[in-house]
Amino acid sequence: MELKRVDYAVQIEDLTVAYDLKPVLWDIDLNIPQGKLMAVIGPNGAGKTTLIKAMLGLLVPVSGTVRFFHEADNSLRKLKNKVAYVPQSGSVDWDFPATVLDIVLMGCYGKLGFIKRPGKKDKDNAMENLKKVGMEDYALRQISQLSGGQQQRVFLARALMQTADIYFMDEPFKGVDVQTEKAIIALLKELKESGKTVVVVHHDLQTVSEYFDWVTLINIKVIASGPVEEVFHEQNLKKAYHSTGNLLKSAV
Amino acid sequence: MENLIYIFKDYTFQTVALGSMILGLISGVLGSFAVLRKQSLLGDGVSHAALPGVVMAFVLTGSKDTQILLLGALISGLMATLFIISIVKHTRIKFDSALALVMSVFFGCGLVLLTYVQKIPDSNQAGLKRFIFGQASTLLKKDVYFMLICGVILLTFVVLFWKEFKLYIFDPEYAKSLGFPTYKLNLLLSLMIVMTIIIGLQTVGVILMSAMLIAPAVAARQWTNRLWIMVMLSALFGAISGIGGTAASSLAEKLPTGPATVVFISGIVIVSVLFAPGRGIVQKMMHRKNLKLFLKTEGGDTNVPTI
Repeated sequence: MELKRVDYAVQIEDLTVAYDLKPVLWDIDLNIPQGKLMAVIGPNGAGKTTLIKAMLGLLVPVSGTVRFFHEADNSLRKLKNKVAYVPQSGSVDWDFPATVLDIVLMGCYGKLGFIKRPGKKDKDNAMENLKKVGMEDYALRQISQLSGGQQQRVFLARALMQTADIYFMDEPFKGVDVQTEKAIIALLKELKESGKTVVVVHHDLQTVSEYFDWVTLINIKVIASGPVEEVFHEQNLKKAYHSTGNLLKSAV
Repeated sequence: MENLIYIFKDYTFQTVALGSMILGLISGVLGSFAVLRKQSLLGDGVSHAALPGVVMAFVLTGSKDTQILLLGALISGLMATLFIISIVKHTRIKFDSALALVMSVFFGCGLVLLTYVQKIPDSNQAGLKRFIFGQASTLLKKDVYFMLICGVILLTFVVLFWKEFKLYIFDPEYAKSLGFPTYKLNLLLSLMIVMTIIIGLQTVGVILMSAMLIAPAVAARQWTNRLWIMVMLSALFGAISGIGGTAASSLAEKLPTGPATVVFISGIVIVSVLFAPGRGIVQKMMHRKNLKLFLKTEGGDTNVPTI
């Protein structure tokens, strides 16, 4: 082997998830190396969100194990400081009576543990992270007044509060304009440069090679996983999307 | 006016008003959580489900003691809540359907039991029916103490787990990803709401209790965008209505306290929905009208910039 031993951030073995009789994920074996910016690609209903939730332990798989950083104990309570999650922004009710700062502060709740309240230091930290996503002027804004892109950025700032080693993001570019998308991706690349692992559920095939350096194609099963330049080609895409047409660089 | 001063000095009035006030305060606080997590009707379900517990407690112990009857209510209320939570967790039935199902089954059982109990001699004096509509005038000093103790316990929990409840209600999945035991938090919160309802049974009864839980919170939500202000306001509205309802029922003859309290809080809700700044209907309408007029006469800025 010319490759030296890779340090994996996540190792998944034999993962199967089913809501009903029909499996949503079938026998997933997947290793995610550390320090990569990885896209999870696949058609609707391929189990991308389910994969992320199963990795985070948010749902109980039928079988299989997920291990983070070679650790034997993968319970979230132990790993909460290493793993950050950015859910789809549509998953919550934005009419909740809270300000942007309140929401971002939630990112440090896991570290604080029970009963303890966030202090001045945490608030400064939250402002810092809001600045990173370009939302510092909105800190005291009521969250129901945010646009879709702003909601997404608030969730991102909240995840940044966790100073985790691996970030899971469920469609962070959904309903986001080009400028915000560029800003978010710059931030993700920055995370990657500092050695963090970032896993992103992504939809836009045209931007994959520009944004990411690692890609996983799934459709119930893993179709392919590896460096973008090796794995991300027409043949694999056709397998994942069950399509005969040209998916990549199609003339628009 | 003299009447008013006179009744405020009255010992019975003081007891009942204090009891209603405590109830309004607690249900205002816990109701805020119930409303925000979109489980407004949990109050309705649990209070109806408490009826068979009340009757069973009487059948088994033969006691007329309020606290013992309420203990029965607590047990059957908790059972109903656990049923609802596990139905939602293990089947595809949604929360509202599960609630309606459990609530009507329990209330039906309660009514059947009640009919059966009425054949037992001495049962009429047990005053079981007061739990259906509530009878605040039967509040004794020890009942008020009981409410006070429960209230202090509940509020302590709210203060202790404030951050966790806020996080859990806003985004339960994220809370779980942070390592919080969300199932237990859900259970604790539901348990606290059930406790609140049980406290209110004697005062406002099974049927009106859900109003005590929902109305103050809905009114408070209109006035603020901060969670803690909403909870404080809600508690305040509840407490005021408790006192107001008691005063009204003391002044007018044969006006029961529970319904009077509910009417009072409904008044606050109506005012809040209409006139609260920002979310109020009147302000929204005025704003629209002014804007329309302005755009019609002035025509607005012709140079609308594109972003």
